[in-house]
Formats: sequence, structure tokens, C-alpha cells
Amino acid sequence: MSILLSEVTKVYQLGGERVNALAGITLSISPGEFTAIMGPSGSGKSTLMNILGCLDRPTTGSYMLDGQEVATLNDDQLAITRNKKIGFVFQSFNLLPRMSTLQNVALPMVYAGVEKKERLARAEQVLAMVGLESRMNHQPNELSGGQRQRVAIARALVNDPTIIMADEPTGNLDTKSGDEVMNIFSELNSQGRTIILVTHEPDIAEYAGRVVYVRDGLIERDEWKVR
Amino acid sequence: MFSESISIALAGLKANKLRAMLTMLGIIIGVGAVIAMVSIGMGVKDKVATSIAGLGSNLLVVTPGASNAGGSRQAAGSSITLNEKDALAITQEISGINLVAPAVTRSYQVVFGNQNWTTSIQGTTPDIQGIRNYNIEEGSFFTNQDVETRARVAVLGKTVAENLFNGGTPIGQTIRINNAPFRVVGVLEAKGESAGGNQDDTVIIPLKTAQERLMGITYIQNINVQATGTDVIYQVQDDITTLLRARHKLAATAPDDFTVRNMVAIMAAADETTSMITSLLAVVAGLSLLVGGIGIMNIMLVSVTERTREIGIRKALGARYQNILLQFLIEAIVISVTGGVLGIVLGIGASYGISSVAGWNTVISSLAIVAAFAFSVFIGLFFGIYPARKAALLDPIEALRYE
Repeated sequence: MSILLSEVTKVYQLGGERVNALAGITLSISPGEFTAIMGPSGSGKSTLMNILGCLDRPTTGSYMLDGQEVATLNDDQLAITRNKKIGFVFQSFNLLPRMSTLQNVALPMVYAGVEKKERLARAEQVLAMVGLESRMNHQPNELSGGQRQRVAIARALVNDPTIIMADEPTGNLDTKSGDEVMNIFSELNSQGRTIILVTHEPDIAEYAGRVVYVRDGLIERDEWKVR
Repeated sequence: MFSESISIALAGLKANKLRAMLTMLGIIIGVGAVIAMVSIGMGVKDKVATSIAGLGSNLLVVTPGASNAGGSRQAAGSSITLNEKDALAITQEISGINLVAPAVTRSYQVVFGNQNWTTSIQGTTPDIQGIRNYNIEEGSFFTNQDVETRARVAVLGKTVAENLFNGGTPIGQTIRINNAPFRVVGVLEAKGESAGGNQDDTVIIPLKTAQERLMGITYIQNINVQATGTDVIYQVQDDITTLLRARHKLAATAPDDFTVRNMVAIMAAADETTSMITSLLAVVAGLSLLVGGIGIMNIMLVSVTERTREIGIRKALGARYQNILLQFLIEAIVISVTGGVLGIVLGIGASYGISSVAGWNTVISSLAIVAAFAFSVFIGLFFGIYPARKAALLDPIEALRYE
């Protein structure tokens, strides 16, 4: 069992008002699953994503990741967990400007304490996997949106994480680039990686083998597709 | 990890070169000012010390008190209570004394050929050489024999020699002091300015010649005493006071009719004053360094806010608290250290500039350099830690959402 959420709640204090972003979510995701999380805005899917991505801790409940309880980790332990086990792909790419593609991809390894030489070698390798080895010395603003997202995917992969978390990864892309990006995710999934995709586009969710619908902080439906 | 943080910090600074330079300027000016100000202060201190030391080391000067004519007190030194016998008694009865030279001084016109020069004529004994560090450049000093025989001989200060002889040789020439002829036997080496004016603008003649042949007086105007060392000088001062009170038969309640000035005490006082000036200058300059530090903090806070999203990304990718803290702290320290190094260069340059342009004496103090540099590093740390902590404590979710 790679991911196991049980009775996870998240309560925010928003201007003196308590907001129940998650009202009690129990969800298990097995290794190698391609899961899409869907829901309208305000449904709690972003909060769920933050918790799954170890960016945030649940208010109550338990989150076992690779057999380790992460709900009670401190900030630094969460950072280490994110670094080693989770790769993020964001809607707005979130590449660092003024850094080359190669350096961007190598960045997570800096925080993992990998030697510089090995870092650059591995970053180059991963960039080749997404077909951008010819752009490794370009800066992000010299790349197209689709290329940027592929760099971001390379960066997410570089520490060989258990889970790839993608938050609206095609939201800023045209259909063609979006399809390219989604094909990479499918490819990665077929190699056995766990992928969790947050989206509100049903077309994109089509790529996933399982769709979890979230509404009002609860799981409304959980559908497996037979391919 | 540490070297990584340095290269990340350097990259961050490179992205905003002008801003980093301007921030650095605050530190450069601060450190430069501290070094330049301390150099000037130390220069003043040095100059005052040498000028007092130029008067003679371990020197005590006994002068008569103010005369009292019908209840109206005259200027200090105007009384005629000191005489040669007082000087002799000091020599004979007080221990811890090297040399004693009684002296009289008055201003006269000195004439040679068609040149004239008004200067101070000192009548004294040869012991004055040792007391005042007078060195003979040409010829020789007059002797005790000359004092006893009231010889009409004179030793010229450098300024007087230059003004009367225009580069010609004065030795053996006859000059007229207040119309009386004097043979020049020696010229003193230049001593330069000292507390109390140009020490080279003087003519020295034998004491008794001055008293009897020039001024027509029997008293003396001051007694120069050289103690054997600074350790005994205060004791010697007390002993002279006691001796002269006894000799002048002053009642226990009567005030002294003379003054014993202790050059060591004057030097200590001057030293204290100049040290205070130096510290004051350093503190004022240090304030500018503080302002520079506030500039660093200000720009680091701006930088943290601007780069909130970057911080969010780094955190999402696994940067820990200390990674972010170090990144920003090192940026601040790089600014302050680079500024400190450039400031040292500026400060030393400014010190040389000031001494060559304004002609002031400056002494570059290595302590000031080390202290200013250490202070600038400390400023970088102190003013960098708050923004860096602020960055490191950012919530990654909030930071990623920041536009």
C-alpha cells in the first residue's frame, strides 16, 4: 500500500471562521496507480493535494506514505519527505527564472545532498527522457509552455520519487502540448510510477485509470475505469 | 551544502547587481568612514603627542605666579619670585633629577647686515640642550664657561638663521640683538612646530649674558627640570613645590607664588582628549555603518518578499528551513563582507588622500581595520538573520500561491 489516508480532516481558521476543507477522507492509492482527483473549486481538492504532497499536515487523521506516518512529521521532516518521495508538477510550471533548464532539473538533488557532478549527469539523463537534452542550457523563458512543463516533469522525476503529483499540469497549455504532457504521464505510469493528477477537465482525467470526485471536503465518487 | 548555499546566494545577488551594489555602498561608506576617521583621530593624537614630546621628555617647568600690584593681579609668570638660587637648590636638594636649566625669555629685534627679524631670545644654560632635545646642526652650543663670563655668543634656531642669512653660513658672524653685538657659535637642527609654536624661531644665549647685558634683571622666568623618568616625575613635582614654598617662606595658608607644570600630566591630558576625539569620530562613522546595516536588512526584506514564490518552489522541492535560512543569510553576509573589503580599501585610500590633500597627519590603524571589518560581518549577520528567518519560515503553500 503506497498511500493510505484514513479519516483525514483539515480545518482552517479563516478570519475567525472555521472552514472544514476536508471533512474526513479515507483513500488508498496503490503503487503504480494513475489517479485523477476532480471536483469543483472549493471542493477541497487542493487541500487534499497539499496533504498528499506533504506540503501540509492533516488536522486529524492519519496519512501513511510508503508505510511511514507523515501526518505528525515536523516541517523539516516533511521537506525531506517531499524531496525524496514526491515529485511536483504545477500548472504554472514553477521553474526558477535565471537558471538554466539543467540547473532547474538538478535543483531537488541540491537539497538531497547529491554531488554536483552526479547531479548534472543525472539531470541531463532525465532531460533526455523528456526529449529536451538539446535545451539544457536554455533558460525557462526561452522555452515554449509545453517544453517548460516537460522540464518541470524532468525535475519532478530526478530524485526518483514514489509519487508524481500534478496540479492542473495542462491548465496553461494548448491542446497539443497538453496531450504531449499527458502522454508523458501515461508513459511514466506504464513504467510503474504512481501518478496523482488534480484537474477539473474531464478530458484530462480520461488519461487516468481511476477518478476520485471530491465535493465539500468528502469523496463523492471513486471510479475505476476498465481500459 | 554550505558551498551550495554560497553559490545559490551569489546567483541571487547576480540577478540584482545594481541593487546589491547600492546596498553594499552603505557598508563600503560605513567601513571606509570608520577607518578614515580613526586614521585622522590617531593622526591628531600622534601629532599632539610628538609636539608635546618635542618640548622635552619628563619635563617639569617651574614658572613664577602672578604678581600682585596694589590688589591688581598681573598675568601669570609676571612675578619675579624665582631666582637662580632656587634653580641651584632644586639641583642640589631634590633627587630624581637629570638636568636643570633656568631661563629668561624676551622678544627682541635681531639684525644682521640689512636683514632684521624679531624673535624670542632665550637666556639659559647648556643643560637646556638635553632637556629640550636641541641638536646642533652647525658649530657648537655655548658652554657653562660662556654663562659665567657673560659671553656675547648666540645659538640660532633654524628659522632665525634662514631669515637672517638667506642660506649663507652664520657661524662666526656677528649679529646685533637689541643693538648689542653677539657672535654666532651654532645653529640648531630644525624641530618644527610644537605645542607653543615654532620651536625654531628662537635665539639662545647664555643666561647671565641675557640677564645682565640684555634685559637688566636678576630674577629668572622659568626653571626647566628634567626628571629621571615618568615614575618619579610626580614625586619630583611635589618635592619642588615643598622646597620652593620653604625657600620663599610661604605661610601654610598662603597660595604658591609659583607653578610647577608637569609635561607628563599635560601629555596624559592631551592624550585623553585626543583619544576621546578619536572615539567620537569612530562612533559617528560607526553610526553610518549601522545605517548601512539597516540598508541591508531593508533590501533583504524586499528580496524575500519578491522571491516568495521562489522560496515556495524551493520548499516544495525539498528545501529545509536551514537551506533557505543559509541562502538569504549568506546573501546578506556576502554584501556586508564584500562591502567591508571595499570599505577597507576606500578607508585607506581616503586616509592617504586626506593626508596628502589637506596635509593632515593620518595614522592607519590595523585595529580599526580589523574592528570595522568584523563589525561589518556582524552587521551582515545581525541584519540578515531576520529577513532570512522570515524567508525560511514561509509556509510553502502560501508561498506557492504568491503572485
